[in-house]
Amino acid sequence: MKLKRYYPIILLAGVLVLIQLITLVTGTAYYLTQLTMAAYYVIVAVGLSMVMGYAGQISLGQAGFFAIGGYTAAVLTTIDLTDKIDRPLFSFLDKTGLLIHKVTLYGDTIVHLSPWISFIAALVLAGVIAYAIGVPVLRLKGHYLGMATMGFGIIIYRIVLGTHIFGEADGISNVPLFPIFPGITIGGDFSIRVVNYYTAWFFVILAMVLLLNLINSRTGRALRSLHGGEDAADAMGVNTARYKVKAFVIAAVFAAAAGVFMTHYNGGIGPSESSVAKSVRYVAIVAVGGMANLWGVLIMGLVLNFLSLRGFFGVYDDAVFGIILVVIMMFFPDGLFQPASLDRVKRLFHGK
Amino acid sequence: MTSEQILQYIFSGITVGSIYALVAIGYNIIYNTTGIINLAQGEFVMLGGMIAYSLSQIMSLVPAVILAVLITGAVGSLIEIVFIRRMKKNSVLGMIVITIGISIIIREIALFIWNEQIRALRFFSGNEISSLDILGARISPQVLWIVGVTTLIVIALYLFFRFTLTGQAMRACASNTRAAKLCGIRTSRMVNLSFMLAAGIGALGGCLVSPLTQTHYAMGSELAIKGFIVAILGGLGNPMAAVAAGLLLGLIESFSISFLPMVYKDVIAIIILLIILVLKPSGLFGSRQTSSLKDF
Amino acid sequence: MENDIILSIHQLDKSFGGLHAVDRVSFDVPRGSIKAVIGPNGAGKTTLFNMIAGTFAPDGGRVILERENLTGLKPYQVAERGVFRTFQNLKLNSHMSILDNVLLGRHTAGTAGFLSGMLALKKSRREESEARKKVTEILEWLNIAEIKNQEVGNLSFGKQRSVELARLLAADPAVLLLDEPAAGLNMHETDELAELIVKIRDQGRTILLVEHDMSLVMDISDEIVVLNFGVKIAEGSPSSVQSNSEVIKIYLGGDDD
Repeated sequence: MKLKRYYPIILLAGVLVLIQLITLVTGTAYYLTQLTMAAYYVIVAVGLSMVMGYAGQISLGQAGFFAIGGYTAAVLTTIDLTDKIDRPLFSFLDKTGLLIHKVTLYGDTIVHLSPWISFIAALVLAGVIAYAIGVPVLRLKGHYLGMATMGFGIIIYRIVLGTHIFGEADGISNVPLFPIFPGITIGGDFSIRVVNYYTAWFFVILAMVLLLNLINSRTGRALRSLHGGEDAADAMGVNTARYKVKAFVIAAVFAAAAGVFMTHYNGGIGPSESSVAKSVRYVAIVAVGGMANLWGVLIMGLVLNFLSLRGFFGVYDDAVFGIILVVIMMFFPDGLFQPASLDRVKRLFHGK
Repeated sequence: MTSEQILQYIFSGITVGSIYALVAIGYNIIYNTTGIINLAQGEFVMLGGMIAYSLSQIMSLVPAVILAVLITGAVGSLIEIVFIRRMKKNSVLGMIVITIGISIIIREIALFIWNEQIRALRFFSGNEISSLDILGARISPQVLWIVGVTTLIVIALYLFFRFTLTGQAMRACASNTRAAKLCGIRTSRMVNLSFMLAAGIGALGGCLVSPLTQTHYAMGSELAIKGFIVAILGGLGNPMAAVAAGLLLGLIESFSISFLPMVYKDVIAIIILLIILVLKPSGLFGSRQTSSLKDF
Repeated sequence: MENDIILSIHQLDKSFGGLHAVDRVSFDVPRGSIKAVIGPNGAGKTTLFNMIAGTFAPDGGRVILERENLTGLKPYQVAERGVFRTFQNLKLNSHMSILDNVLLGRHTAGTAGFLSGMLALKKSRREESEARKKVTEILEWLNIAEIKNQEVGNLSFGKQRSVELARLLAADPAVLLLDEPAAGLNMHETDELAELIVKIRDQGRTILLVEHDMSLVMDISDEIVVLNFGVKIAEGSPSSVQSNSEVIKIYLGGDDD
């Protein structure tokens, strides 16, 4: 097993600890909130990087899967089952500890599904939907694939915006905490801020490990061979259609998981998370990080999302990502971290 | 549904459909000349309406509209020179992404200039409450303007592409750029012209529809998508079919509100897109040959 | 030589619009032989090849591999059955290393899937190290092992051809379909290629090639099929084909030009 590829992970872990300690020392612990949220967005981006950078397919609707994850979790954990608790299914769930009894601010008790159920449901739903649209849509190429995926994202946006159960324009709030492990709970309380920071980035590291493993495996290699053109892969026995769909599904599941965690962290979700603007951001991050460069995507995802969430770009948040897209596509199509691009930057500075 | 209601739906469908058609024509002009699909097309419509609105504060309507069309055309030309020209045209992904980026930038600039307020151009004739009685339905005179001008544009374009040297040159560029160059056609000029033309037509559409549907800085993206859907529906590369497809979509959307909650109106277009892409990417009127676009 | 046929082309037919590209062509390829398909440009050789490889389905006729019907199968399915092809204009992944490109050839030899890969399960890791061993052997055999980590896009055309062949060999093919393997090679490289193809044949594999380079074809082929305007006009040993008057006519031009 090539341990060499895991060195950057250790480095990343070190950097993350360093960042947290710095915030501790400088009293800027509130940055951790944006860093945590950035982590979840990074998970979406690296998943998308696999689809766009490695398999060479365009997806302009990734935010739709994020929303599927988040809204599923939100709906399933906020539906009050108190009056249904006598029904056989729910009393069974109750006995196995999968229903949570919570006392609300007003003193009533409500009963809702354990976040674990909604988590699994969200992933399964995202996977199924990704498969269902992936099979017909991934046969398309170029503009057509891009527009089809964008169309998917818009449908999700419209559905959550226009349906009562999804809270319409206000989204869903009061989403409970997600206790995933004794001592580790995903939620927005300030008291557990540090824990959440490390938990979120743990998930990022997990995602990176899975993807790095994949890239260097038989299936990952088959995926990468799709990028330049599918003829060679076909000729070598790769069922390209099936591989494209699988990559798409994996990326969708990553995005949905990120959506679930983010929703529990924020205590809610709104329709803007499924917007085309968000999908475009994910694409911008993948493009600027270097389509097939997971580490580049991680770094740019962290930096750009953190700045955006801190309001650094002000009103021009969307504009920044638009400009990034244009500049990258024109001057650094391989992303900022590729040798060719670094050369170009060097030349710029030497005044050529 | 009463016959008056049906007529109302038809007229509203034709109104909206005409704008879709104009946007789709813009797509087709650029696509026919360059093979690029310009996702910033919707922004030209927005710019037309906005610029005309601002100009109409200091001059009368007709020159305002004309100037707005010309300015937007210049913007289109500028975009081609600054951004598109440098791009490697064979990178499909790059083209989509960059036109999306351009549309975002235009939108944000519009936000900066005109902020989030909804603007509306003056009615070309009459005002918000004037209405004509046509076959029992009450419609605004603006509708006649929209339908009339759109028809004129379509006819003019048909004649242009069929019978003028420039128009034929533009078509030549699309089918075979190298051959066109060898014939002495300045392809770069044709490309620029196509952007200028598409932008101008979009702008005119924006002016036409502004009194009725108002102009808002963010209206471009939805139009871009709808326009793209119509262009595909008609079969990419076929401007006449785009008109038919635009009207069709407009009518479908219009009638849909009688049985579907209004929020889902926009979803219909996308569902149609997905169905078309999967079943017959060459569009309703396209041929198998053009559908080899599946394999760029 | 035994009459053991591994690949049987039977009445393959294909038209594009008005053009009858391949007109009911039939021939057999004996196991362990080198068979060449030649003919002037436009004779239908590439179309024939593409039909055998599964790129598109024939309008009529069959392709039989041993006893299995390959007709109409998709390219990856054809590959799964041991028939692998090269491309005239090389389809390598220029941004990947030689090693990674050739490792793709081992795809059909493995079964580890996505989950296995992502979780780095034992099966996946084992297949991976076995694949690397096999590939290194092949690279050494072809004398490109020292540069195995270089990006393919930086190599000379001749070297890239070697990489493509290495990838093909990594797949342990029973039948190799070589599409103009000598195109773009100089005389020296072509000679090396000829030696290589013979060595591959001697490993027990079967080779069907489309080629324009006549000296190469005459040199190494066991049998030759000649096509013209989609029709098979001759088939046999190199010497018989060389002395065939029809063949001479189409290559040197006759009275009916």
